[in-house]
Amino acid sequence: MEGAALLGRLTWQLADVVDIVPETAGVKTLALDVPEWPGHRAGQHVDVRLTADDGYQAERSYSIGSAPNGTRVELTVERLDDGEVSPYLTEELRPGDRLELRGPVGGYFVWEPAVGGPVLLVGGGSGVVPLMAMIRERAAAGSDVDMRLLLSSRTLDDVIYRDELERLAGSGLTVTQTLTRSQPTGWAGYARRVDAEMLAEVSPGAEDRPHVYVCGPTPFVEAVATALVSLGHEPDRIKTERFGPTGG
Amino acid sequence: MDALMLDGNAVAGLLHEAFGAEMTTATGTCDACGASQQIGAVHVFRGAGVVLRCHRCESILAKIVVRRGQACVDLRGLRALVALQGTSEA
Amino acid sequence: MSFVSRGFRGRRRPDADPSRVPPGQYVTTDYPVLSAGPTPHTSPEEWSFAIDGEVAEARSWTWDEFRALPSEEVTVDIHCVTKWSKLDTVWRGVSVDTLLDGVDTSAEHSTQYSDGGYTTNLPLADVTGGKAWVVYEYDGEPLEPEHGGPARMLVPHLYFWKSAKWIRGLRLQLEDEPGFWETNGYNNYGDPWKEQRYWGD
Repeated sequence: MEGAALLGRLTWQLADVVDIVPETAGVKTLALDVPEWPGHRAGQHVDVRLTADDGYQAERSYSIGSAPNGTRVELTVERLDDGEVSPYLTEELRPGDRLELRGPVGGYFVWEPAVGGPVLLVGGGSGVVPLMAMIRERAAAGSDVDMRLLLSSRTLDDVIYRDELERLAGSGLTVTQTLTRSQPTGWAGYARRVDAEMLAEVSPGAEDRPHVYVCGPTPFVEAVATALVSLGHEPDRIKTERFGPTGG
Repeated sequence: MDALMLDGNAVAGLLHEAFGAEMTTATGTCDACGASQQIGAVHVFRGAGVVLRCHRCESILAKIVVRRGQACVDLRGLRALVALQGTSEA
Repeated sequence: MSFVSRGFRGRRRPDADPSRVPPGQYVTTDYPVLSAGPTPHTSPEEWSFAIDGEVAEARSWTWDEFRALPSEEVTVDIHCVTKWSKLDTVWRGVSVDTLLDGVDTSAEHSTQYSDGGYTTNLPLADVTGGKAWVVYEYDGEPLEPEHGGPARMLVPHLYFWKSAKWIRGLRLQLEDEPGFWETNGYNNYGDPWKEQRYWGD
């Protein structure tokens, strides 16, 4: 029952790195096995802590990209050039290493089939990660809830989970993409930053009271949330997860 | 809009450490303007410690400093804080 | 602390002179931005700086008046309580001694106050005698809002939370009045060389 994940003591745990899988040029998925994992809900995240041999520590939060699945937890991490933690996670860490983390945390930014729909997911870049957990959870549960993903990426090569999204689309899941920097020839999707007009075309109407989840860099989230409110969506139905100016 | 601002959800781990429970689904009432909001939706700033601000009026709801197994929390900006036990989101 | 992340070093500079690094600090070459609230955006036209409180006559300067005061360039090391230190930072501003010149007071305490409501308290002796400046340039450029511009306090011998960003005035006081962080777990004085980070240190 969900209570265990909420009321359990939150302690730092050691996860085993099972696999590291490239997603796009700057993005990798860390497949972890966490022996004492209490289970999680789609949308939650973990705090990751790195410790150097002189005691120096750095801590960052990463969304869980995988749907609940026993002790398996997948984190999809984007390497930031000026980051301190993400370069380590995407370039140094290898299968067989261990990673210190605590979680799952963040009961606020969560979707599960019991919440129902319709659902609008709006992601900017690596903001798609917690939204993908929701999409995967919906698929695993065999739910046919009306769920729509609007994903903004720089180029087609930057689209995380691209093949899987293509495969999962259908049976009530719609995936709409916008590429803001460059588009391949014959591109049929959007080719600009997310705006009110695009959201009006993609989203369920405000009168349908969709559950909305927006995730990505802070300026992206701000622009999208403001646009949705201008379209009549209730602010209380819009949940946001801002990454801040740097992720890590 | 401030590029440094995060949502309360971003400090879910810190809040859990300070309060001993998942707090992002708790509801707080701003003492300055009366606005009610889930803690996961408040505005968060990281200074020497963490500052939670009302998403409507930006007044300080709480200040949290965690050090060596102790949490120092100033909750004067919250008129009320309602936390649900053992359930999922409100 | 038992677990070590294999191969993790972080961003710090390992070659810094240890005699310049207080205990528990790590040297960085970038400039992390920490804030207790939204960044104020006060224009020079709106800005003023005041010396008030326990003085016979409060004084204040407009931006133009402030910029006309004798200023100096100082190079100092700064230490943030969140463990990063930055060496050889270069600022330009007005010494607090200049601002207090001719001020008659029996106050032994002071509070810096800022746009946005932040405050921090220090003994008056810790902002005089060449120990503190109100600065408006960093690294040769006007101080940016996210780093405290138009002007911030610079008190490098204490942890950097004792140097208020977006400074608007210095209040001289007879009684010590713990400020924004001092009332919530942070040390009342904040000497990085004695590692006075928190209450009870």
